[in-house]
Amino acid sequence: MDETQNKQQASTHKIGIYLWIWGLLFVLSFFSYMVDWIGFQGLLRWTLILTFMFLKAGLIMAFFMHLFWERYALVNVLLWPMTAIACFIGLMVAEAKYTAFTRLLYFFTGG
Amino acid sequence: MSDHTLNKLPGGYKGMAADMSSDQTAFKGVQWGKTMMWIFLLSDTFIFSCFLISYMKGRASTVVDWPNPSEVFALHVGGVPVPLLLIAIMTFVLITSSGTMALAVKYGYERNRKMCAWLILATALGGLTFVGMQAFEWSKLIHEGVRPWENPFGAKQFGSFFFMITGFHGTHVSIGVIFLFIFARKTFRGDFDTGKRGFFTTMKSDYVAIEILGLYWHFVDLVWVFIFAFFYLW
Repeated sequence: MDETQNKQQASTHKIGIYLWIWGLLFVLSFFSYMVDWIGFQGLLRWTLILTFMFLKAGLIMAFFMHLFWERYALVNVLLWPMTAIACFIGLMVAEAKYTAFTRLLYFFTGG
Repeated sequence: MSDHTLNKLPGGYKGMAADMSSDQTAFKGVQWGKTMMWIFLLSDTFIFSCFLISYMKGRASTVVDWPNPSEVFALHVGGVPVPLLLIAIMTFVLITSSGTMALAVKYGYERNRKMCAWLILATALGGLTFVGMQAFEWSKLIHEGVRPWENPFGAKQFGSFFFMITGFHGTHVSIGVIFLFIFARKTFRGDFDTGKRGFFTTMKSDYVAIEILGLYWHFVDLVWVFIFAFFYLW
């Protein structure tokens, strides 16, 4: 319905939206570089890095890769598998903590 | 499927349920090559995720201090170290090439052959610049003594993750550059207007191929967004 009509316009008419997204990507990249330049540390640094990263990734996928204009059948097939990656990250965070703990235990106290 | 037919279909989640249960093509309005590219990119996402997750695990579990990327990747400009300068330039080059690619796809669908071809060529040159700067970065680090098994800055795992992750990404960029040059030539020659059959396939060329190539190129940019955040900034 709306999606396909938009797609027609987006891929044949509106150059403005691509230029806007392009500009936003530049600004967001500049901001994420500034995080390092200014030297934010700790939780603030990680939050800012992740925020800019997800914004950039979302803009690229939604507009440059046209997902915003695709039908939900394709969008959902592509995005739901990402939850598996999130689970994997969770598992490996726990594993890394355990590995670091055992290393500290055996390297420095000799068990 | 024509746009006229697509417009009659329900949208949103209702449309998704209808598409999936339609006992025909599930991804309506999506050319099969585009579906295949998306599925390839999904699998590639998992490969890069595994690399980045193993990097996270390696970095989080080492008891030795991790090298400070801000210092390791600094460039000296007039004797003053500027943190991450080369990486920042590489990021901007890649985003620029991603923008030219998006415009190339747009002009392709508008059947503006010359504009489309020039933009693909610009994208290819951007990619080539990126790979060149990455080669410079690699040789600089190798010269400073960074190896997959050791480095002078801190935790030994740093080198192996760096070469593995940026190397795999650089390979993707290089393959993309090769295809961009091939497609620039095909577009200039007018293959997509005349429907000339390609060397990989007996099917007729169509401007949708530029969108498929664009998907791959944007994905390479997308992966760099994550590498930039996790490897260089974190």
